Amino acid sequence: MKESIKTQLKALAAFLNQGRMPYFMCIGLIVLSTALVYGNPRSIPSFLLFVFAASSIYWLKMNRAVQLGLAVFFAVILIPILGARNVFYLEVIFQIAVFSALALGLNIVVGFSGLLNFGYMAFYAVGAYLWGFFGSQQPNLLHATVTTRALNTPFFLAPDYFYLFIFLGVIVAAVLGLILGLPVLRVRGDYLAVITLAFGEIVRQLANNLDKPLNFTNGPQGITPIQRPTMPEGVLHLLNRVIQPIVGHRVTDNQAYNILFYLIALLVVVAVIVITYRLDDSKVGRAWTAIREDELSAGAMGINANKLKLGAFAVGASFAGAMGVLFAASRTFVSPETFTFLQSVGVLTMVILGGIGSITGVIVGATVVTLLNIQVLQSFSLFLSQLRQSDSVIPILNWHWSHLSNQLDPSKYQRLIFGVVLVLMMIYRPTGLLPAVRRKRELNETPEDGETQGKGAERV
Amino acid sequence: MRKFMGTVDLRQILLPIGQMAIFVIGAGALCSVIMLILAMLCRGSGADLALQSTQGVGIVSYTVNSLPQVLIDGMTIGFVYAAIALGYTMVYGVLQFINFAHSEIFAIGAFCGVESLIALNGLGILARAGTIGSFLYFGLALLIGMAASGGMAVLVERVAYRPLRNSPTLVPLISAIGVSFALQDVIRLTESLTTGQFYRVIPTFGDFDDHLTILRIGSRVIDIQVKSVVVILAAVAMLVALNYLVKATKVGKAIRAVAQDKNTAALMGIGVNGIISLTFLVGGSLGGAAGVMYALKFTRIDPFVGFMPGIKAFAAAVLGGIGNLTGALLGGMVLGMIESFAGAYLGTYTMGAFGAEYKDMVAFLILILVIIFRPNGLLGEQVSQKA
Repeated sequence: MKESIKTQLKALAAFLNQGRMPYFMCIGLIVLSTALVYGNPRSIPSFLLFVFAASSIYWLKMNRAVQLGLAVFFAVILIPILGARNVFYLEVIFQIAVFSALALGLNIVVGFSGLLNFGYMAFYAVGAYLWGFFGSQQPNLLHATVTTRALNTPFFLAPDYFYLFIFLGVIVAAVLGLILGLPVLRVRGDYLAVITLAFGEIVRQLANNLDKPLNFTNGPQGITPIQRPTMPEGVLHLLNRVIQPIVGHRVTDNQAYNILFYLIALLVVVAVIVITYRLDDSKVGRAWTAIREDELSAGAMGINANKLKLGAFAVGASFAGAMGVLFAASRTFVSPETFTFLQSVGVLTMVILGGIGSITGVIVGATVVTLLNIQVLQSFSLFLSQLRQSDSVIPILNWHWSHLSNQLDPSKYQRLIFGVVLVLMMIYRPTGLLPAVRRKRELNETPEDGETQGKGAERV
Repeated sequence: MRKFMGTVDLRQILLPIGQMAIFVIGAGALCSVIMLILAMLCRGSGADLALQSTQGVGIVSYTVNSLPQVLIDGMTIGFVYAAIALGYTMVYGVLQFINFAHSEIFAIGAFCGVESLIALNGLGILARAGTIGSFLYFGLALLIGMAASGGMAVLVERVAYRPLRNSPTLVPLISAIGVSFALQDVIRLTESLTTGQFYRVIPTFGDFDDHLTILRIGSRVIDIQVKSVVVILAAVAMLVALNYLVKATKVGKAIRAVAQDKNTAALMGIGVNGIISLTFLVGGSLGGAAGVMYALKFTRIDPFVGFMPGIKAFAAAVLGGIGNLTGALLGGMVLGMIESFAGAYLGTYTMGAFGAEYKDMVAFLILILVIIFRPNGLLGEQVSQKA
């Protein structure tokens, strides 16, 4: 059954990749989906088709230069224009970019070097609070409480320090990753997972409570407003002159900022992808894999496991730090609620759904989960609430939709979805939807017998 | 009757009670002594002056005055943690894997117990119940919670863990996290669909909120809430029963055998799957009972109620030495005491800079420090580190 599907898919791929077919298909898809999204900015199927068109640039077999050109055109020209037309899509794509970077970072820790990290959001939080603190009035409000803060306090730094802080975020998060990594080297496996969980919670609780002796984080209320980098003079004007006729309405300041943040996020993601690719293929990447598979043998081969593990922690953390800075600026607001254990597990879900250790897989996982989270589920909730207000009836059961409890709101049940996805993936496809080639080989092998972990002295 | 009594191994009943007494007294005494020394050292400090100006007592007498209450609180919460920690430790002992979903098993027990009490209350039975009756109904709720949790634990093991038993370590761990998240939302969904809100409050009935006087020194009264007494007694009874089950019965011998070596145990004619299910049943029902006790103590529960006690109980299990029943008791007690002391004194001693809200962090810090510096726990049983 499984094999026949596979062969059919292969035949389909071969059929699609004949001659000039992929070029026509890809461009056709892009034109069609762009027209659809442009025509009905609110329709979700057309947006999904749009995302599919974007991925088709990658799947179809085309000349490398053409692929690259199409991708750049798509990312830099099409998306901002369509995004200016409907800002919500730009937001969705921005979130996909943010979570892709986070998932890729976690992928280095979990996927490449096999260290399970449940506190990954802590590094993201550190990045976000770094700019949240220095990029707002907070340093001037250290002695003010939540109630006594003056509204006209000057900002601490000029807004354009933001760009510097992206790099600072990388460094600070990496250093924190090293600090967390140092003691963590002594433990492995499930204990490591628990330590990282505890660490993540500690960071969140600190963010929640550090408003007291000195008001660093402004407690549960979070810090706001946080500065955005200044928009260069004339950009808004130019944007309006060029794309106003296409978009159909004036591009406002906020929309221009959305486009700017999207472009920065895109840059960061591209950088992250390139770094990850290079790392995966390098000596370091192979060493990580070796450590993951068998630390003892890796050590015997002359690999310095401790150094490399620390490196994995630092690299993974640094991606999250950069994205945290970006996130704080784009939201102009940070609060501890964003960095919960739920979010850490959400990112882990992306990695596992897509395929541990596989770069394409992780990006697909991030896209799917983000779309599910902020688009499909919410529109489903909306659909249900519309049904509730209508007087339609389920025919045979004679059940009125208006009886449906208004507590049934699918967009609030992320945990259920993350949880079920994790369990099902672990049972049926531990390698993920698009497994990394190496990983696939390993996980399909069954251990010789069930006695792999029977060592250890008397228990219970 | 005599024959029955003859087969009961009294030693296995008295021993754990003695152990618990030692742990409670030891942990309590140690924490008190440290606290008193701290209080002595802090004489004349800012906190001392602040106390003298606001309440008219020095820091030492303030500490001494509140000590009994803090100790009783610590003991109560310590027993709850111990009961949850036993679930983690039993599963770890048998399968060498952290059952993250145990915190939700705990929450399910709490919800089932509270729901049954609410149902009884709705029928007007609780209002008519006398003193004895209210204890009986609480016992009933405890049993319902235990049954629900035990059943759920077995189900979870069957569905989400058994298919993964021979996979690499991280695979069942991730599955457990998934189960934990899914269960949280299942509870929330059921509660909000049936009742329209997702938190529940245990009905007030019986004399659970009354205070019993233990000691009267002059005008000062040291008292204890009835519900704390109930929680402690119920926990002690269950812990003794569990200890007896594991140490002195044939089934317990089978559990220990499976924990040591599954293959050899299977060769000796022990049904390994059945024993593992049984372990989940016993650990889960202990967790469920702890849930009902927790609900009695803190009155309000929500679907995410399990996370904090769960992680703290895990910290307790690790602190005592995971896989070790006595260790879980000790760890729970120590953690309960530390948390109670931190909650009571942190705010006063730091003059409000670090308040009671840091007590959760204390548990996390202990967890991290123990794992890093003494991964075998206080009782130091060998736990192999696995990749």
